[in-house]
Amino acid sequence: MSGRDGVGADPAAALHLAEEVVRLAGAAGATEAEALVTTGESSLTRFANSEIHQNVSSTEVLVNLRLVRGRRVAVASSGRSDAEGVRALVERAAAIAANVEELEDWAGLPEADADGAQPLDIAWADGTADASPELRANGARAVIAAADAAGVIAFGSFSTDAEAVAVATSKGIRAAERRTTSQLLTVSMGPDNGTGYAEQCSIDATTIDAAAIGREAAERARASASPVAIDPGDYPVVLHHYAVVDLLDMLGYLGFSALAVQEDRSFWEAGRRVASPLVTITDDGRDVAGLPMGFDAEGVPKRRLALLDAGVCRDLAFDAQTAARAGRTSTGHGQPAPNPYGPFPTNMVMSAGDASMEDLVGGLDRGLLVTRFHYTNPVHGKKLIITGMTRDGTFLVEGGRIVGPVRNLRFTMSYLDALANVEAVSRERRCIRGLLGGSVVPSVRLSSFSFTGATADG
Amino acid sequence: MRDLTSRALDTATALGASYADVRVVRRLEESINIKSTRVEGVQSGESEGFGVRVLVNGAWGFAASHDLTMAETDRVAAQAVRIAKASATALRKPVLLDSRPPAHGRFEAPVGEDPFQVPLERKIADLLAADRALNIVKGIAWTESLYAAQREWKTFAASDGSYTEQVITHVGGGLEANAIDGDEHQRRSFPDNGGAWASAGYEWIRGLELAANAERIASEAVELLTAPPLPAGTRTILLHPSQLYMQVHESCGHPTELDRAFGSEASYAGTSFLTPDMLGGFRYGSDLCDIVADATVEGGLGTFGWDDEGVAAQQVPLVKEGMFTGYLSSRETAPRIGRQSGGAMRADGWNRIPLIRMTNVNLLPKPGMSFADIVAETDDGLLFETNRSWSIDDRRLNFQFGTEICREVKGGKVGRLFRNGTYTGITYELWRSMDAVGDASSWSMWGTPNCGKGEPGQTGHVGHGVSGARFRNVRVGVVA
Repeated sequence: MSGRDGVGADPAAALHLAEEVVRLAGAAGATEAEALVTTGESSLTRFANSEIHQNVSSTEVLVNLRLVRGRRVAVASSGRSDAEGVRALVERAAAIAANVEELEDWAGLPEADADGAQPLDIAWADGTADASPELRANGARAVIAAADAAGVIAFGSFSTDAEAVAVATSKGIRAAERRTTSQLLTVSMGPDNGTGYAEQCSIDATTIDAAAIGREAAERARASASPVAIDPGDYPVVLHHYAVVDLLDMLGYLGFSALAVQEDRSFWEAGRRVASPLVTITDDGRDVAGLPMGFDAEGVPKRRLALLDAGVCRDLAFDAQTAARAGRTSTGHGQPAPNPYGPFPTNMVMSAGDASMEDLVGGLDRGLLVTRFHYTNPVHGKKLIITGMTRDGTFLVEGGRIVGPVRNLRFTMSYLDALANVEAVSRERRCIRGLLGGSVVPSVRLSSFSFTGATADG
Repeated sequence: MRDLTSRALDTATALGASYADVRVVRRLEESINIKSTRVEGVQSGESEGFGVRVLVNGAWGFAASHDLTMAETDRVAAQAVRIAKASATALRKPVLLDSRPPAHGRFEAPVGEDPFQVPLERKIADLLAADRALNIVKGIAWTESLYAAQREWKTFAASDGSYTEQVITHVGGGLEANAIDGDEHQRRSFPDNGGAWASAGYEWIRGLELAANAERIASEAVELLTAPPLPAGTRTILLHPSQLYMQVHESCGHPTELDRAFGSEASYAGTSFLTPDMLGGFRYGSDLCDIVADATVEGGLGTFGWDDEGVAAQQVPLVKEGMFTGYLSSRETAPRIGRQSGGAMRADGWNRIPLIRMTNVNLLPKPGMSFADIVAETDDGLLFETNRSWSIDDRRLNFQFGTEICREVKGGKVGRLFRNGTYTGITYELWRSMDAVGDASSWSMWGTPNCGKGEPGQTGHVGHGVSGARFRNVRVGVVA
């Protein structure tokens, strides 16, 4: 067992700790046990008004134990990895299991996959794991320099995370891998209410081009200065990558979860066409363009899912419990127990099209180019009706050319209708970190999008 | 604990910190989740660690660890200093803190019946009884019931000699009934979407009377399936406290965060239309609009002894007789507008820095009419109850809310039911249109246990006291 000094981002040490927790759970009377160990270091450098104003790093461990006695299931978690902390964790879980009601349909922890959960080397980059405060500060300064050059002010953050994740179960599952993620995002604010956004996300912090991200946001802020009011209504739109990720997030959160389908709160029906034939979305934990991961929180290897195949519903994300109810096996999309929210696709990938960004905008006779959505929230989950605002660069397009910025608009519409209206998809795709994980998304053009309100002057 | 806090502060100052503070936090959590009479999740969580925050050359650094050894304390304090030095390479204005007397003492939020001492089987049985009562109603597709408790032991020490200890307990619970017919899905919650929360003990859960209200809300969920959608229009609206508190949260609480006004959150949640030059001269609402941030009110999720900078809990007027008068603030931000910190710096655990957060942002009651009286004297309006969805723009101006239930008020009588009720507007236009506020008899504390802010993300527990209010000429029925 690890000492009080933690287990770092070492998958072998994390797995060793998980195995020890499972052993102790067995000694405490568990008929089944599952331990998920996540440990590592997270750091983030934040800047505002073109200076670093917050700068943090934390070293953490989380041990999540699912302890089962017959059909009585208990979950306990701890931020301690020392012997006393682990002993207390097992005690708490055992006490719950002694008092909780039986789950009549408990199907047991998932069985070990014949192939096992092979760790993905592609999920890790030394460049992120070794990232220093100075590297992150260099990134912030590069963005700020780009903003200074454009006469705008920079706001944003640069994060680097390195973790080891391990799962051990009494059913023989042994899964461990190390993962890194890094993200640089920035909002530029210029004169006359101009704002712009840009972001890059990668497993390798050293591949992030901070200066380029800074320039992209700064140019957008300059271009969006002095926005004019425009009447709400239905407009053809081009949605930038940064907006498209929100469509995938809401689809994944509200629709592509087997639990949502089993509770009849999802739009999803096998074979139902919900989107344009140009829309194909998979979930692929092995796509190197995203933020890969080899297995889920139950230690089940992540299987590739065809969520939307040319606009038609095909696959769903299952964890062990929802899979058992459906008489099938998990697809490897379980979240940490007890998880009342169900499984989710965490590595969504939308297929590229054949259009350039210029083609997308060039196809608008009169419409809007939207950089990004803000504070979106379901108005009606099953119909996937979402409301939110545009932000950080909304432009009027006429005759295929951007003619100027407009004030931010509120939209309220079904994302299913939005996806049905997709008429062109970009070749270029980007990895954007969204609500559920890293998604790989193109930009798209929609024949119509419903804006229902406009913002005001302060 | 003093050994660790002294070691952290000594190490940080020896390495060049002009100011340092350290928080050691232990958090215990417990939750029960029941779905359709099935006890799906019973969880117990424990977290412990410390975080060191330093100022070096006028720049901030912060490092944290779960490992409470002296060797790790040295490493973390040194890491915080190194991070601060990196921050200083991109610094334009050195941080200056306001002065305040060193904080000393102990605060323990009142708890009647310790929720962690109530036997688990008792808590499960109570919740199960309420969930079963939901399922008696014909037409319910599925139900969900929840209970949760959290206790935090927090020690704060700073290089100015401050040393405080606090113990704060929060509990929450609630019910949810879902009715589904084809594409139509309706939900009713009680007392609130996500449960009703307070700084209290298990007596709070007993007082919610969940089982007694279960059949009513389940019946409403079924009734909503066949209710007509709310027609679009411009109407008088009445916001029940279960919705009004969210209106206060989004359109007053967040825009009065001074760090947001200065741009600190611009890259994530946005800024604020309430800029410092508007202080004292901007009409935010009608004369009836008095809003106070009060960290001293009993039972609030934003109630404490000291904030996470060692500033004592206090009452700060934000809006007085409709005029914008104050901000939620910190030791760093308040001097920039010539004020002292209002004590609103709060961190989500040991591994996060304190940020300006709401305490209890309360719309004060007005003598005259209870909320029921206001409804009864409304000739033609709509009564919105229990928040279902929320969204507001990045300057906190354009908002849109949906509620679980909306009823027509005609001639002072509450009548016809509508489904999928929404209303939308501009923050100051709405508050200026407020022409009636409920009196103290209608006033109650509500809690938001999931307020998001910051990078990396933090979840805050904040409170809101409200009594219900009426607003004129509001756009409703955005989408059916």
